[in-house]
Amino acid sequence: MTQYQKPTTLFEILMGGTVLAFLLLLTVGTVIAVGTATSFQQGLNPSDWAAIRFTILQALTSATLSIMIAIPTARALARQQFRGRQIMISLLGAPFILPAIVAVLGIIAVWGRSGLISDGLKALGTEPLNIYGFTGIILAHIFFNLPLATRLILQGWLAIPSEHFRLAAQLGFSTSEINRRLERPMLLSIIPGAFLLIFLLCITSFAVALALGGGPRATTVELAIYQAIRFDFDLSKAATLAIIQFGICTLIALVALKIARPMDFTISLDQPAKRWDGHERHTRTFDKVLLLLVAFFLFAPLISILLKGLQPLLSLPTQVWPALWKSVSIAIPAAVITTTSATALAALIASLSKHTATAVESVGFLTLAASPFVIGTGLFILLNPYFNPFALALPLTITVNVIMSLPFALRIILPAIIRNQNDYGRLGASLGMTGITFFRLAIWPRIKRALGFATGLSAALSMGDLGVVTLFAPPDFATLPLTMYRLMAAYQMDAAAGTALLLVATSLALFWIFDRGGRSDHFI
Amino acid sequence: MTISFDNVTIKQGAFTLTADLSIKKGQKIALLGPSGSGKSTLLSVLAGFKTPTSGRILWNGTDITDTHPAKRPITLLFQDHNLFPHLTTAQNIGLGIRPNLRLNNTEHEMVEYALSRVGLKGQSKKRPAQLSGGEQQRVAIARALLREKPILALDEPFVALGPALKHEMLDLVAEIVHNTGATLLMITHQPEDALWITDQTVLVAQGAAHAPKDTKSLLKNPPKALRAYLGT
Repeated sequence: MTQYQKPTTLFEILMGGTVLAFLLLLTVGTVIAVGTATSFQQGLNPSDWAAIRFTILQALTSATLSIMIAIPTARALARQQFRGRQIMISLLGAPFILPAIVAVLGIIAVWGRSGLISDGLKALGTEPLNIYGFTGIILAHIFFNLPLATRLILQGWLAIPSEHFRLAAQLGFSTSEINRRLERPMLLSIIPGAFLLIFLLCITSFAVALALGGGPRATTVELAIYQAIRFDFDLSKAATLAIIQFGICTLIALVALKIARPMDFTISLDQPAKRWDGHERHTRTFDKVLLLLVAFFLFAPLISILLKGLQPLLSLPTQVWPALWKSVSIAIPAAVITTTSATALAALIASLSKHTATAVESVGFLTLAASPFVIGTGLFILLNPYFNPFALALPLTITVNVIMSLPFALRIILPAIIRNQNDYGRLGASLGMTGITFFRLAIWPRIKRALGFATGLSAALSMGDLGVVTLFAPPDFATLPLTMYRLMAAYQMDAAAGTALLLVATSLALFWIFDRGGRSDHFI
Repeated sequence: MTISFDNVTIKQGAFTLTADLSIKKGQKIALLGPSGSGKSTLLSVLAGFKTPTSGRILWNGTDITDTHPAKRPITLLFQDHNLFPHLTTAQNIGLGIRPNLRLNNTEHEMVEYALSRVGLKGQSKKRPAQLSGGEQQRVAIARALLREKPILALDEPFVALGPALKHEMLDLVAEIVHNTGATLLMITHQPEDALWITDQTVLVAQGAAHAPKDTKSLLKNPPKALRAYLGT
């Protein structure tokens, strides 16, 4: 197939180049700012070392456990047919846009001192679980990443051609032979990438550490940065920690970029390949019990928030409403800017030769490794001499949210643009459709769906983000997740549950509106 | 009105194709040869989607090697993706007149006329998905008609159609090039298609595109490279 490589236009270079420059400024530039502010003379004290050890230990444990549970879960979803299978697969995508602080509240409700599990343990005469610290952080990270890992691995399973299973059945392969010949090679190609991605997400997950961690035995590096700025106002210490966080993330991201496959957000809901294995009685029982346990683990926290939050939703504390407005006025601009930037970057990448394109694309995805706290610390150091960073909380939060959701938006938009260019680039060129005309008539209608999905996703992510805003927010400034966190810290759990419902409802509504908007034309 | 491939070489990894030949106005030429021999590549170079490694493409003696695809004297119909699926039949044809689709009344009438010429009168509001495969290619032919380019090139647009429908389409193409006096270049795997509407054949085989020969005598008395392909 001969493909037409369209020449890069000046407009594409200007737009894509601007986005690229901003990305580099905010990721690399802030690191340089942080680096020059670090004296390194004071060195690392024991509590810094403890934070580094804890960060890596919890991420390793979370990623390992998530993958270990995800493998049999994905296998069960791939080989068993049952009612509700499609719903379960769809719902596995939900934790991705679920605000972290809401998930934490749900986990406290189920696993906490007065939760379901502790009641059960007390009835058995054992001590209730202590959810704060290592255990809680691991539980929350598994809650978030088990579904992600399951979906990634399930994609691998569904990608094994059905003919291979047919052939295996004809040759009389047993379940273990199918595992060795078909499934293990697939797992070996998928798991390293999935593991590193989850490891990275656990290292940069701040809200979980903020709500469930703390103290000398459960402080992550990001939490330590937050405390250094917020409580000690020790910028030099924050800078040292930020450099360490940057080092860890970059190292993992570089390895991940080498070995990981590109993430795909779409998953086929088609019927799976017909399978002739996995029908033995004990296998079926095992799969069923496992899926029930996983479903309980994932959905019990959500249901308990729903039950606890409905009543308080009707009498929410007054500070919730301005916070809701603040969050929406962060989420919508952040989402629109994210999608616009990702589109500009994707258009540039699609027009470049393969080598340069890969390099630019890597920069787009390396921001996945950029810790919002490193960026935040850098911006703080850069702005502090000239402005009051606390007065700029709104634009700074929007900026950091854009950087955080950009890799995901790029992952969604880039394939759509490349596919469109491959399919219709020649036709457009031969008809003399150029610039705005080509965009209006041939690109926009064909990528609208991807744009809607990306905007919806970014809006939901920004809506639920409890990250860098904690760094900059003055006392009278609060987003909805921050308000919820403050309610939790004040042990107003019922009001927090009501706020959680409002937050989830708003996130889903934003996602739905944008995603729906992208689907308004049925002729694609 | 002559197209010339002047010492053209195209290299892509291990693949090499050379072409040094001329085609005169109004000729109907088949491009015949095995898969992967470079028939599509040759048309891509002519239409401006690929740049040759060396050599020049001439149109009436003017060098068009680096001319933008839209400014070349050619309409190339592909196997698929000839139509934008989100645009109506009329819009897809209208692109041939004005790429920004801002048509005046006369131009709208021209679109309707072209539609009736290819036997799709009254189908202007339909989208490609609502048409059959043959009808979709008729829309593409209608657009080619309005573009009035001196060369019409077919990169197997009818390969997915059944034999009867394919001959119907070939007849439509033959009628159009006959009326407009356009040059026809058509890729094919089937000697009988070459015989159906072309008078000359360019054999593309073993790394070279050979100068056009009379189709009938070429097939009656095939050279070695062609014999290997035909299996005779």
